[in-house]
Amino acid sequence: MAANIPTNAQVQGGIGTAAPHIGHDAHHDEHEHHDQHWLFKYVFSQDHKVIAKQFLITGIFWAILGGTLSSLFRLQLGWPESTMEWLTPFLGKWIEAGKLNPEFYLALVTMHGTIMVFFVLTAGLSGTFSNFLIPLQVGARDMASGFMNMLSYWFFFLSSIIMFTSLFLETGPASAGWTIYPPLSALPQAIPGSGAGMTMWLVSMALFIISQLLGGVNYITTVINLRTRGMSMSKLPLTIWSFFLTAILGLLSFPVLFSAALLLIFDRSFGTSFFLSDIYIAGQALPNVGGSPILFQHLFWFLGHPEVYIVIMPAMGMVSEILATNSRKPIFGYRAMIGSLMGISLLSFVVWAHHMFITGMNPFLGSVFMFLTLIIAVPSAVKTFNWLATLWRGNIRFTTAMMFSIGFVSLFISGGLTGIILGNAALDIQMHNTYFVVAHFHLVMGSSAFFGLFAGVYHWFPKMFGRHMDEKLGYIHFWLTFLGVYLVFLPMHYVGIAGFPRRYYAWTGFDTFSQFADLNKFISVAAILAFFAQFVFIINFFYSIFRGRRATENPWNSTTLEWTTPVSPGHGNWPGEIPAVYRWPYDYSKPGAAEDFIPQNVPYSQTQSSNLPYERDME
Amino acid sequence: MIALGIFLLLLLLLVVFGLLFRIQILTSIFSGSSRREIGTSNRVNAILMMAFLVLGGAWFAYSFVDNYGKMNPPIASVHGHAMERMFWVTMAILGIVFTLTQILLFFYAYKYQHQEGRRAFFYSHNNKIEIVWTIIPAIVMAGLVFAGWKEWSKITGPAPKDSVVLEVMGKQFNWLVRYPGRDQKLGVVNYRLIDATNEFGFDLNDKSGLDDFVAGEVHVPKGHPVLLKIRSRDVLHAVYMPHFRVQMYAVPGMPTKFWFTPTVTTDEMRAKLGNPKFNYELACNQICGRGHFAMKLNIVVDEPADYVAWFAAQKSFSEQNPDVLANLKQKSGNLVETEVVPAATAAVGAQPNPAL
Repeated sequence: MAANIPTNAQVQGGIGTAAPHIGHDAHHDEHEHHDQHWLFKYVFSQDHKVIAKQFLITGIFWAILGGTLSSLFRLQLGWPESTMEWLTPFLGKWIEAGKLNPEFYLALVTMHGTIMVFFVLTAGLSGTFSNFLIPLQVGARDMASGFMNMLSYWFFFLSSIIMFTSLFLETGPASAGWTIYPPLSALPQAIPGSGAGMTMWLVSMALFIISQLLGGVNYITTVINLRTRGMSMSKLPLTIWSFFLTAILGLLSFPVLFSAALLLIFDRSFGTSFFLSDIYIAGQALPNVGGSPILFQHLFWFLGHPEVYIVIMPAMGMVSEILATNSRKPIFGYRAMIGSLMGISLLSFVVWAHHMFITGMNPFLGSVFMFLTLIIAVPSAVKTFNWLATLWRGNIRFTTAMMFSIGFVSLFISGGLTGIILGNAALDIQMHNTYFVVAHFHLVMGSSAFFGLFAGVYHWFPKMFGRHMDEKLGYIHFWLTFLGVYLVFLPMHYVGIAGFPRRYYAWTGFDTFSQFADLNKFISVAAILAFFAQFVFIINFFYSIFRGRRATENPWNSTTLEWTTPVSPGHGNWPGEIPAVYRWPYDYSKPGAAEDFIPQNVPYSQTQSSNLPYERDME
Repeated sequence: MIALGIFLLLLLLLVVFGLLFRIQILTSIFSGSSRREIGTSNRVNAILMMAFLVLGGAWFAYSFVDNYGKMNPPIASVHGHAMERMFWVTMAILGIVFTLTQILLFFYAYKYQHQEGRRAFFYSHNNKIEIVWTIIPAIVMAGLVFAGWKEWSKITGPAPKDSVVLEVMGKQFNWLVRYPGRDQKLGVVNYRLIDATNEFGFDLNDKSGLDDFVAGEVHVPKGHPVLLKIRSRDVLHAVYMPHFRVQMYAVPGMPTKFWFTPTVTTDEMRAKLGNPKFNYELACNQICGRGHFAMKLNIVVDEPADYVAWFAAQKSFSEQNPDVLANLKQKSGNLVETEVVPAATAAVGAQPNPAL
């Protein structure tokens, strides 16, 4: 089928940076790449697939750390009266007379949030799969700029080192919550973590944002410019659509966080008053007047809200792909899926202030943001219905990836629905900053995005490492995690409805918050068990890289382009010419076709028995 | 020693599991079952999906009913009732959607599990049905937005003119309460005047501040609108009063407010709950540092007559701290200028304060 395809030079010759690779790879066997020094092959690699693996493994490291931190504070919340003496070997001076230091508790909460949101679910998820899948699925040799892509990882790496180091500071890491609201984050007098810890947080995040922007520019450019012949925007797999829109969101919103961080650095170090006013602290009236802490919140959430979609949209894309592949059915409403992704992307920029209903913001503004926020539920509902319709009358294979995708839909529904409560300004008065919010976003963006990540890893592992992950261990991992997540976060809603405030070291001081000690213990047990279940995945992952069952070229009988590459594609992805694309990516179980899938690179002239009336013209 | 023993035991267990795992893989390769594309595990997982739906649903229903009684803080304000109703009506609507979609999800997963020889139904889209399920959520959302907006406007609208006014100020890590005194006007404060005695930063040059008094707890009359003026003097805090369904940030440099009408006195609530030790509590709900979790203030809802009596018995700040007044009078005229402040601070700071 490749015979009548023009050469790559014709397809991609216009792209200066990519052209040398194309010429090189098209005519040489991948073995010649072994000449490359290992340092450039595995460490300072410009191959998008290697960079993707680097992001993934760094992300796994961060996920273990983030999970460990949450286990520590769940111990405190479940057993507020018990001694923690046994943790002294690990935590040292943060255990004071058998008790966890309350400031360190806040540091744990802060770092858990920062790590999970940014380092795992942004860099680890989007960084891994945008990098891995964009060139493979659009049919490109590599990213538009391999060098910038490499820089993107190494900026992330540097940012990771700084954030990690800050955990070991004498005064502790940043402790003002992952949202780092000033003045708490601006004043070391208010909390010691706002000293060196906060400085390192800000520097680390600045580097992180640079990494995101370098990555994002690349993703967007690659999708726009490097699609193979025939790959029109309306033939892109939904994964690519979601990565593309995610990158646009990141490109437009991360700079605003950068500006917030910069202004905060100014306030902290150079005596400006962007966010500070009328403050008397530690026996001293500060000279700052005229600033507004609310301004910071506007800037923060202008990123912060798109950020939750930056986290969830790649997962949505991958889940759409995996559900279709394993139901052996086209994704239902392909155009509606793209439309709803676009709707979510657009709306995600105009809903940020729903995090701020009760900050003293003008109530009229609250009404506007309530209206916009509840609109965003509509495209989310459409997506859910379309996923359900995709399963309907399918022929479902329960691969581990499929299990996690179904789990994703379930969690997305459970967590998404309560967003309708929180988006309602009147109801948010009571629910704001309670465990209801914690339960809501851990289901809808935390756990869901994690499920998307797992689904992606299980699904594309054969293309990444040429081997399969063990299915049985995968099933055990899925069921333990799925049960664990629900056992943790469903009861957490009850605690939230009762008004339990988040970021509390203990609730024992309040009679109002005294009734759920047992339930909190239960949640803690479930959370810690669910965390330990993740080691099943980690063992499976690293074991399978070296000893897993060998994969074939297209183990899932999938239609997209990445499965037309060799089992372990070299740099340049296709040993020969890049295949051209003739059809949309979801021709599964097409009536009249010999097999239950027709890859995108099969021309209509070869599938005359299954062509639909309007496709006859394209033969 | 025991720890080491446990560690070794765990390590041994891990090795045993690892070996078992390897043996299982080797036998499955040997028996050929590893090559079968879709094995029995597909059926097992389909059944587990259904089991999860049924058992999980039952557990959720049970635990919800079991905990429902403990979930809702008793309501003690007028708007609290409306909010509570809206909350549970919304939850009921969400509950219906939740139940339907979850049932469909797991049921489809079970029903449409792989069967040899069956082919999936090629069905790419259906504009009619997609329009329907876009419009229905949109209509439901519109209804919820409208109800929420009406309630929100009412709650955040201007406080009635005859409201009882008081000020709550957050600081690391407790709350300070100030009442306007007989003139119903809170006096001017200046954060540069704050010190150990003058915790509010009273500027007593302002006559309306002379009768202001500070209190150790909040007293409000039942059945009368109360306007809370909220401030912070260091970092962000949030006034959270779960029984009254009241929450508002305390922002340094930007006073905020929230008004509500208490409906049940503390004594009535104690009788109603059968708990003689019950207190309305005000919690801090915005991370503010080490003592965040302990920033508590008791609120007492009095019968109006009791409230008036309590109010009348309070002594004003200026009366209790004549030295502050005297000091400030000496420096009168240029109080707002900063260079005066250190002198005033030093003079007042030396005095122990019996009132606070």
